[in-house]
Amino acid sequence: MKTGILRFPGSCDEVDAQLAAQLVGEAVLLWHGDRDLQDVDAVIVPGGFSYGDYLRAGAIARFSPVMESVIEFARDGGLVLGICNGFQVLCEAGLLPGALLPNANRRFTFRQVELEVVEADTAFTSACPAGELLSIPAKHGSGRYYADEATLDQLEESGQVVVRYRPDQNFNGSLREIAGVRNTDGNVFGLMPHPEHAVDALTGSTDGLRIFESMRAAVEGAHV
Amino acid sequence: MRARVLVRPKQGILDPQGVAVERALPALGFEGVSDVRIGRLVELEIDDPAQLEAISSSLLANPLVEDFEIELLEDAPSA
Repeated sequence: MKTGILRFPGSCDEVDAQLAAQLVGEAVLLWHGDRDLQDVDAVIVPGGFSYGDYLRAGAIARFSPVMESVIEFARDGGLVLGICNGFQVLCEAGLLPGALLPNANRRFTFRQVELEVVEADTAFTSACPAGELLSIPAKHGSGRYYADEATLDQLEESGQVVVRYRPDQNFNGSLREIAGVRNTDGNVFGLMPHPEHAVDALTGSTDGLRIFESMRAAVEGAHV
Repeated sequence: MRARVLVRPKQGILDPQGVAVERALPALGFEGVSDVRIGRLVELEIDDPAQLEAISSSLLANPLVEDFEIELLEDAPSA
């Protein structure tokens, strides 16, 4: 599998995402001003503060040249993972439903969270053991997942809520404890916590690796 | 033409910035202030004001969580 990781001015987690993706295949960085996705099998929109988070987190990044290609790639069924700021960008781009609002606790918060895998039968979670919590760090100031009630009901009914915070760990006040959602076709997934920071035993949990292993399985399955 | 676009969080959406300001006021001795909401003011010069609606809904505001108001001003204030 070849993964492309976007790099915007203000990205800061793209190298960790690249190192994580390299554990399951090849990984290259894709500059925000380029349109060529270099024939990658999957795209990661990484964490950080793209374009300084001016206006709203992710609002400007969505109009970058590389995002035009990513939107087309996603419409053609390509796998796209958005982490933290990347999740915000995908929501702003309309590839995922909802929006990420400033944390209810009014703080930029960095903490390890435990995530319930609500849907284990997805291209991003198939390697997660059923019923097991994923221990992954979260670090953001605007991670409060919001959508209107009708949209939330529909997301739950259609299995688009992929991961939730343990109810006592929902520090940002996300509605219905939602930490990550996918699109209706299942090929685009965004979450606020950082699986790429939880892939090496040296720094604690390796639970994040499951997300990357799942993506590899989805891509390699598709190639068979 | 000079125009202003006023962007604010939709009614009912928690505004943590507003809450923080509201809580700071009593510390300065200002009592009796509630329901503080913080938005964003965008001022711009525009050739075709008919574009303002599309500009506001596609970039300046996120219509999912924010409302916006467009105000057309007469002439640019002379420097």
